[in-house]
Amino acid sequence: MLVSVYRYNPETDDAPYMQDIHIDIPGGKDIMVLDLLQLLKDKDPSMAYRRSCREGVCGSDGMNMNGKNGLACITPLSAVVEKDKLVLRPLPGLPVVRDLVVDMGQFYKQYEKIKPFLINDTPAPAIERLQSPEERAELDGLYECILCACCSTACPSFWWNPDKFVGPSGLLQAYRFLADSRDTATRERLAELDDPFSVFRCHGIMNCVSVCPKGLNPTKAIGKIRNMLLQQAT
Amino acid sequence: MVTSITSFGRSGLYDWMVQRVTAVVLVAYAVFMIFYLAFGDELTFEQWKGLFDGTAMRIFTLLALLSMAAHAWIGLWSVSTDYIKPTGARFLFQSVCGLLTFIYVVWGIQILWGI
Ligand code: SF4
Ligand code: SF4
Ligand code: FES
Repeated sequence: MLVSVYRYNPETDDAPYMQDIHIDIPGGKDIMVLDLLQLLKDKDPSMAYRRSCREGVCGSDGMNMNGKNGLACITPLSAVVEKDKLVLRPLPGLPVVRDLVVDMGQFYKQYEKIKPFLINDTPAPAIERLQSPEERAELDGLYECILCACCSTACPSFWWNPDKFVGPSGLLQAYRFLADSRDTATRERLAELDDPFSVFRCHGIMNCVSVCPKGLNPTKAIGKIRNMLLQQAT
Repeated sequence: MVTSITSFGRSGLYDWMVQRVTAVVLVAYAVFMIFYLAFGDELTFEQWKGLFDGTAMRIFTLLALLSMAAHAWIGLWSVSTDYIKPTGARFLFQSVCGLLTFIYVVWGIQILWGI
């Protein structure tokens, strides 16, 4: 099959280019895109990409495969290859460090902004802060995010304003702490989000939902944040 | 918190709310007009003038006009902050939009009360 890979080494290349590579895929099983990358790297060790867990847990190998973001390690070739061709590009909208490796700085900055930790100013109990099973259930569909950035880099609003719009991933996490019964900083958190960019730049086109490899729904979380803001203000 | 002085109401929630409410007003006005024109009798000048002579219709029309202005401003402001990156060009675009909106509102009021 034909693989077209985005290549860029800022030390030697003037500009990024697409490299076409013909490769024979070993038969017998449906290998993952990450396995294919390993085959490419065996041929050409200069090929750069990130990976760690190779089972969809660490979130390091997010990339754009035939136009759709996802994790290479859990995406079988059969799911993305079209007409025996696969185009691999880095996650869109973030600066490229090299080949398929992007600089996630901007993405993490937005994550940092939403204070992704429990804030509780009441005295700590002797053992732990308890939650009822129902309260705990509120966090389902939120805590599973692995910060792979597939969603935020598929979001046009994040492309245009990565410094101002928190993005689907950051907002999913913002809601994760807003929804936590043990967190007491709800007011402060909401106040931080009520400007024309942080939340409201989301136009609900749901690119984020369609790419999330963990099947999460940032658009729904954003809607809930909006409702909380509305409830507080009316 | 991202501060922004050129948006409509500074608060994202406020802009969002205004955008929704004005959209409803505009839809109501459009539906009314379509029904009036499509299902009313043969339209004469007297009848058309009579329609806009009533205070209720003037209030409704002014409401629609102001809604249009607010709705357009919020929408175009968003578009400009998405796509026009150089500050000077963005400010110019926003100024032109603001000025045009103002002109249309004043002009609209003049027409409405000039009947
Ligand atoms: S919400 Fe999904 S796509 Fe977005 S960062 Fe989390 S796991 Fe990745
Ligand atoms: S729904 Fe909102 S956050 Fe998700 S991709 Fe669309 S604009 Fe971005
Ligand atoms: S390598 Fe860890 S998610 Fe793919």
